Amino acid sequence: MKPPILRVDHLRATVAGQQVVEDVSLEVGTTGVTALLGRNGVGKTSTIKAILGLIERNGLIEFDGERIDREQTHRIVRRGIGYVPEDREVFSKLTVAENLRLAERDLTPNRALVEEIFPDLTARGQQAAGTLSGGQQQMVSLARALLNTNRLLLVDEPTKGLAPKIVAEVSDALARAATTVPILLVEQNLQVVRQLAETVVVVEGGRTVYSGAAHELLDNDELVMRFLGVHAADGAEQHQEGAQ
Amino acid sequence: MSTIVLLLVTGLGLGALYFLVASGLSLIYGLMDVLNFAHGSFLTIGAFAGYELSRLLGGDSWWTLIASMILGALVGALAATATELLLIRPLYKRLIEQVLVTVGLALASVALFEGIWGTDALFTQGPAFLSGTTEILGARIPNDRFLYIIVAALVLIGLIAFLKFTRYGLIIRAGVENRSMVTALGIDVRKAFTLVFAIGGAAAGLGGVLASHYFGYVSPQLGGTLLIFAFIVTVIGGLGSLAGAAIASVVVAVFQQFANFYLGGTGDLVVVLLLAGVLLVRPSGLLGKKA
Repeated sequence: MKPPILRVDHLRATVAGQQVVEDVSLEVGTTGVTALLGRNGVGKTSTIKAILGLIERNGLIEFDGERIDREQTHRIVRRGIGYVPEDREVFSKLTVAENLRLAERDLTPNRALVEEIFPDLTARGQQAAGTLSGGQQQMVSLARALLNTNRLLLVDEPTKGLAPKIVAEVSDALARAATTVPILLVEQNLQVVRQLAETVVVVEGGRTVYSGAAHELLDNDELVMRFLGVHAADGAEQHQEGAQ
Repeated sequence: MSTIVLLLVTGLGLGALYFLVASGLSLIYGLMDVLNFAHGSFLTIGAFAGYELSRLLGGDSWWTLIASMILGALVGALAATATELLLIRPLYKRLIEQVLVTVGLALASVALFEGIWGTDALFTQGPAFLSGTTEILGARIPNDRFLYIIVAALVLIGLIAFLKFTRYGLIIRAGVENRSMVTALGIDVRKAFTLVFAIGGAAAGLGGVLASHYFGYVSPQLGGTLLIFAFIVTVIGGLGSLAGAAIASVVVAVFQQFANFYLGGTGDLVVVLLLAGVLLVRPSGLLGKKA
C-alpha cells in the first residue's frame, strides 16, 4: 500500500488567538477523493487553511513524506498543492484572463485542459471576474487550480450556494480532475460526496471523530444524523434549498 | 480669468509633487497595510542626493537636473528597499510594530540628515528656464510648474503601464485586493512588498529633487512638510488606489491654492476640512476599497 500523499496528525490551529481546530488527524491517499465532513463551524475550512499555512497552526503535516508544517504558504503550494477556497475568492477587479494568468505556476500550464472543461471562461476572458455569476466564479476558482500540474487539490465547499445545474457541472469537473490528482474535499452536499468520495473524515468541535469508507458512513443513516445533523437522503436537498 | 488660470496651473504643479509622494504611500498601504511614516525620509534623502550632485556638476544645466532626478529616484529606491528588507520584513504580520518602526525611522533620519547637512536650508539652483515664466491666457505661469506636471504625468503613465502589463503589476493589483489568496496561488508576495517599497521610494526621491526646486532649498524637514499633505491625499483618494491618489493630489492642491488666494491664506485649513468632508461622505475615500 502506498503511503498517503498528505498526513495530518494532531493538528491544532488558531485564528486571532481563538482555537478553531483542536485535534484533527487525517490522511489523503495518492488517488481519489477524501471528503472532509462536519456541521457548519466545526473547523473544516480552518483545517484546510491550516494545512496551507494560511492560519497559525501546530501539529504534524506531511506532504509526500516531507514535513510542511513550518513552511510558508507559497512554498507549500509550490510543492504541488492546488487550492480552491470557500467562497471562490476570485480577484474581482482583475479580468478572468488575468485571474488565470496570475495562477499559472508551471512553465507549460494546462490551458488546453481548462479551455476544454470551462469553454465559457475563454469567451469571458476580458470580463472583470467580480461581474461573473457565482457559478462562473467557481469555474474560475477551479480553473486556477487545474492550470498547474498538482499532486493534491484542497477544495473547499465548491458547490456552496450554486444552482443544481451548476453543481452538476462542478461535480463533473472535480470527477475529471480526480482521475489525475487526489483531492481533499470539504463538501456539505452529500449527493456530491456520494458521487465523488471514496473515503471520508468527519470533524466535530475541531476534532476528528470518524474516518472510513464513504459508503459506510453515507449508508448509515444513524451515523449521518449524528455527525452531520441530516438524514443521508436529505443532505443534497437541504444543500440545494440553501442555494435558492 | 488670468488669476484662475494661474491658480489652476500652480495647483496642478503642487499636486504633481503631492502625487509623487502619495503614489508610493498609497501602493504600500494598499498591498501591505503599512502606513509608512518614513516615506518623507525617502523624499528628503533623494533631495539631498540631487542637491549634492547638482553642486558637484554645476546646477544650471538641464543635464545636471536630469541626472539629479535620476540619482534622487535611485537613492530613494535604495533607501526604501533597505527599509523594507531590514525593518519592515522582520515585523511581517505585526502591523502596529511596522507602523511604529517607520515613525522611529522618520524621527531618526531627520536627526541623521541634520547631523550630515546641518539644520539650515541649502539653496538649490536649476536651469535658468525654470526661474522664468510663460504667459497663458494672460497668466504668467512659473515655468518650473510645467516640469513637475510633466514628470508626475510620466510617472503616473509608467506606474499604470507597470501595473497593467507586467506580472509583478498583476501580483500587486491582486495583492491589494486579497493578499492571502495571492500567496495561496504559490506566489511569494514579499517580493512584491519589496518592489512596491522600491517604486514608492523612487517616486518620493524623484519628488524630493523636484520639491527642492519648488521650494528653492533642501532641508532635513522637507519630507515631513510634504508627507502630511501626501497622507491627506492618500486618504482622500482611497488607500491603495493609484488613480485615487492622482485625482486627490490635484483636487487637494488646487483647493489649497484657491483658498490661500481667495480666503486669506487658509489653504491648509481648507484641505483638512476637505479631508473631513470626504471621510464623512465616503469613508473609504474617492476610489478606495470598501472597508
